[in-house]
Amino acid sequence: MRARLRRVAGVASVAAVLVAVAASFAYLAVDFRGLFTAEGRHEMARFVAEFFPPDASPDFLRRAGFAALQTLAVSVLGTLIAMLAGGLLALPAAGRLGAAGKWGARFVLSFLRSMPELVWAALMVLAAGLGPFAGTLALALHTTGVLGRLFAESLENAAPAPEAALRELGAGPVARFVYGTLPQVAPQCVGYTLYRWEMNIRMATILGVVGAGGLGQMLYFHLSLFQQPQAATVLAGMIVLVVASDSLSGRIRRALSAQSH
Amino acid sequence: MTAAALRPELRDPLARRRLGRAVAAAVVLWPLLRLSEFRPSTLFDPANLHVMATFVAGFLPPATNAEFLGFLLTATLQTLAMATAGMALAFVVALPLALAATRSLSVAAVGPAEGRWRGQGIRHGVRMLMVLLRSVPEVVWALMFVRALGLGPAAGVLALAITYGGMLAKVYAEILESADARPARALLAAGSGRVGALCFGLLPLAAQELVSYTVYRWECAVRAAVVMGFVGAGGLGQLLDQSLKMLSGGEVSSIALVFLALVFLADAISLALRKVLA
Repeated sequence: MRARLRRVAGVASVAAVLVAVAASFAYLAVDFRGLFTAEGRHEMARFVAEFFPPDASPDFLRRAGFAALQTLAVSVLGTLIAMLAGGLLALPAAGRLGAAGKWGARFVLSFLRSMPELVWAALMVLAAGLGPFAGTLALALHTTGVLGRLFAESLENAAPAPEAALRELGAGPVARFVYGTLPQVAPQCVGYTLYRWEMNIRMATILGVVGAGGLGQMLYFHLSLFQQPQAATVLAGMIVLVVASDSLSGRIRRALSAQSH
Repeated sequence: MTAAALRPELRDPLARRRLGRAVAAAVVLWPLLRLSEFRPSTLFDPANLHVMATFVAGFLPPATNAEFLGFLLTATLQTLAMATAGMALAFVVALPLALAATRSLSVAAVGPAEGRWRGQGIRHGVRMLMVLLRSVPEVVWALMFVRALGLGPAAGVLALAITYGGMLAKVYAEILESADARPARALLAAGSGRVGALCFGLLPLAAQELVSYTVYRWECAVRAAVVMGFVGAGGLGQLLDQSLKMLSGGEVSSIALVFLALVFLADAISLALRKVLA
């Protein structure tokens, strides 16, 4: 009976998924057939061809390089600020400062987390003006929400015995935390932060689309002026940055895990 | 403090190393701060403060006039439809790529076979293609498609299909390869085709994980669909962008509330689906 019920539920949900997909295409009424007609294909090919050859003049490359560095700086600073702020919020969120502090901190963290970076960036452009500073703040706000929750979970999972031992010896609350619990959670927290940094590099490249500096702002600028060769160079820069940071952080994480074993 | 520093048993044995690291960190941080134009004082600039204050003051009450609520409903439906249609196309893109990239389905791995090098070449090519699809963020694809196809959800659907196609293909291939390869190998060795080996050798082992990852990705696609609206791909994001540009706080807070509700709803649906299907 139970197995049969499960099967019915399974079939029903598969049917529901198929209906939802069909309804979505019908609701959007997008005609993708236009893409596959001879004319559509011709249009697409012309659009793609406009991007070649990419602008490789030394002057433009220098500007793109600067924008790439700016993107990198935004991602590093945003992640660092988030690590500090997330650490501070994780203490009450892990229940170290009473129940009220716990629920308050959790609410703040989940609010920060549930707004996407791009929405924060649009808001921060209003608060801090156009430029990479707004992007840094946006990344920091969202990442604080993510890291704060992860840090709080690590703190909750840490073994309580070292802190208890230090308390028996008469250590103060700060010393108890710094020497009893922090060494247990630090490697995991650093790992989470590195992982988030990798994602934030991707994010930092696109935050510029709403005016928050770096490669994204350059891409948006040149695409708006229909300067496709310049846009192609910026796109290539984005791909290089993402692929390079992926392999770098993969290597760092492998080195760290080799060290800990 | 000074007394502690003078008593050797109270001195931090790692003091010198810690000081050196702090100096090194400062040296690295300084250019970063310059590059990102880090000036917290701009937050307290009177002009910016005034804009922000009037804007935030407008958050309450959220906009609830009938016309705006109508827009909001259409935008929400559009966002959900964009995510669902994009995921469906991404699945269609990912399936053949994942099958081509999975080593467990290689006929050549079972025994001597023709086309061993060709097979390996195809697998490498497919993996490169998957990296290329994934490494450009979906917002950038959406930006390009908006230029090519005009404003509207079509750009968002295609952008999702491409990035999520690449992502799904990679994870599907990983899941299929992490499953025990022996049943599939046995089927291949017994002369079954690749599709047969997949359906009867690999899928029974990996189906649960594949389904739950796909549903989880749909949840992410809902969030991505909102974000892509910012570059003109329709839905909630586009509405939010317009309201932000008009500094209409009430509309922004209504949209933000709907957005939060949507994220929670997607979360709940995906949890329920995973429970039933897995």
